[in-house]
Amino acid sequence: MMQALREHPSLRVAALMAPGAFWLLLFFLAPLTIMGVISFLSRDAQGFPTPPYTLENYLTIVRDIRFAPSLSFEGGLHVRLFEGLYLDLLWRSIWLSLLSTLLTLLLAFPVALFMAQLPRRYRNLALFAVMIPFWTNFLVRTYALQFMLRANGPINTLLRALGLPPLELIFTPTAVMIGLVYGNLPFMILPLYTSLEKFDWTMMEAAHDLGADTWRAFTRVMLPLISPGLVAGSILTFVPAIGSYITVDLMGGGRTNLIGYSIAQQFSASVNWPFGSALALVMMVIVTIAAVLYFRSARGTQRVLI
Amino acid sequence: MAEYAVELRDVTKVFGDVVAVDHVSMAVRPGEFFAMLGPSGCGKTTSLRMIAGFERPTSGEIYIDGKPMGNTPPFRRNVNTVFQSYALFPHLTVEQNISFGLEMKGVPRDEIKRRVREVLELVRLPQMANRYPRQMSGGQQQRVALARALVNRPKVLLLDEPLGALDAKLRKEMQIELKNLQREVGITFIFVTHDQEEALTMSDRIAVFSKGRVLQIGTPLEIYERPANRFVADFIGETNFLDGVVKEVNGEMAVIEVNGRRFVGRAGEGVRPGVRASLSVRPEKLQLLDQPSGSPNCYEVTVSSIAYVGSDTRVIVRLGDQMIDVWEQNSISTLDPNYFFGPGEQAWLSFPPENGLILVD
Ligand SMILES: Nc1ncnc2c1ncn2[C@@H]1O[C@H](COP(=O)(O)OP(=O)(O)OP(=O)(O)O)[C@@H](O)[C@H]1O
Ligand SMILES: [Mg+2]
Repeated sequence: MMQALREHPSLRVAALMAPGAFWLLLFFLAPLTIMGVISFLSRDAQGFPTPPYTLENYLTIVRDIRFAPSLSFEGGLHVRLFEGLYLDLLWRSIWLSLLSTLLTLLLAFPVALFMAQLPRRYRNLALFAVMIPFWTNFLVRTYALQFMLRANGPINTLLRALGLPPLELIFTPTAVMIGLVYGNLPFMILPLYTSLEKFDWTMMEAAHDLGADTWRAFTRVMLPLISPGLVAGSILTFVPAIGSYITVDLMGGGRTNLIGYSIAQQFSASVNWPFGSALALVMMVIVTIAAVLYFRSARGTQRVLI
Repeated sequence: MAEYAVELRDVTKVFGDVVAVDHVSMAVRPGEFFAMLGPSGCGKTTSLRMIAGFERPTSGEIYIDGKPMGNTPPFRRNVNTVFQSYALFPHLTVEQNISFGLEMKGVPRDEIKRRVREVLELVRLPQMANRYPRQMSGGQQQRVALARALVNRPKVLLLDEPLGALDAKLRKEMQIELKNLQREVGITFIFVTHDQEEALTMSDRIAVFSKGRVLQIGTPLEIYERPANRFVADFIGETNFLDGVVKEVNGEMAVIEVNGRRFVGRAGEGVRPGVRASLSVRPEKLQLLDQPSGSPNCYEVTVSSIAYVGSDTRVIVRLGDQMIDVWEQNSISTLDPNYFFGPGEQAWLSFPPENGLILVD
């Protein structure tokens, strides 16, 4: 056995991978398979999965999509070819999640940059500070945020004290966005920080030396060199955003719908497990394809860096 | 064209409570190979970075091609830097690295292509255009860094210990190559090094730095033969110091008394009768004889040790309680072991007055 491990590097790799593979199998592949099976089942009177096998759940999603070309100028130009409840939902979820990723990135970048430029002994302290929120349960934190944004919460109290009109924040799409950005910020800061900490600032001096102003040095040299952190952070932010449930529920109050929230509804309020499973799998496939495409587009620079 | 390619006038740079560069003035002529030489931490890099524009002088002014630089940012200065760590962009190929500066200036595509090809020939790397920096050896990366700077045809090229990361043999080769390259392109080079041999072999002129100050600026010959003070004499090459008091000064020459023995040598700056001073005399400018010579600088010494190092024989002799290095060139074959004095033997140490230099501390 040991002899074989020594002689065959591929066996050695397999042996090292075994424990990880086991856990993946148990906690990822198994539930996924179960979900896959359920998505092809019918529902009984209470809404729980039961034979016979059917394609109905997927057909519902497909049938929902109608060819309906339209053009509207409401809030900018909108050209659409198809419409449908779930298609619209998915589309809107993708855009909202992308927007939340962008906002998270814009907020996280200065923080990560600041942390990376701190003297070495303060950096761990800053990292620690970024991770402190994880000590509190996410649900509790979201309730706290909800409280902050309430009609009579601290923010509006402060605004009123300053003689300003109060804001209607809670249970709006803005509140959902705030919740998403708040919840995902550390997942953007940490990979960005890791890339920025490794960034060699003489690269910027070299770029300036060769005639690049600050903007061009940033876009041509810094961005490509920190792209691993940028890509990792974006994916770690986008994927939870599109699947988010608690944030949408507590911050949006059921008035802003995202695909993840809608799926959860199928398992709770609507009690339609088979349809919920089908919806979840379709979303997963689409998000995975999007993520792979994104990785591909960033790989040109990645290859050089790894 | 301005009289000087680069000029520093009374430039000082302070970091917190460290005075990195202390009232430095120097002027570099167009086309010159100018070295800034000094021990670690003496302010060479800081001076270079101020010329490039990465640091601003705390006081004083820097002129490039006759124009005061003030707050001009690095990307508007007509100088380019070869960084000690090369600082090649790892995400770009050699060709893209070299094109970078030209692209920033908006040079047309086909001209960029042509100039990149030319400069790659110049640094003898024509086959490497599509490689990434990490796929190249240190010496090759060094040439790419050089090409990336040279392709912009700057007024002045700034080089911060560009050969520091190379092994001794490659370093020697690159010294010659770099010097030839500089002659070929005719660009002013300002070259930072802490290796005095490198500075002596490559430069037209050298500025010797110590603790943020410039101690002497001169040709290699001037710096070696006529060091301005004890620090320069000590830092450049090897020398023996005999400490004493100046007795007389007669024009160019002076007499110094060291432990009751008198020596005659050339008088350095500030040498007056009565001041404490050192006689500096280089080991290769001393002679060991078996009988007294006619020189006024001739005293009997005891041979302490002998080492044969191929080109030279290095002898250490004792004069009173002072140890003195004497290097005799092995100009004729000296296979006969009795040719030299043996340890413990008496000999006469002698040198002509022109070979000694009397310096105040
Ligand atoms: N950014 C900085 N902040 C604080 N002190 C600095 C900074 N840069 C340089 N110094 C200090 O200034 C002095 C001169 O440094 P400099 O780098 O110019 O030396 P150098 O002659 O290039 O030395 P070396 O041969 O080791 O490269 C040193 O004492 C250094 O510690
Ligand atoms: Mg230095």
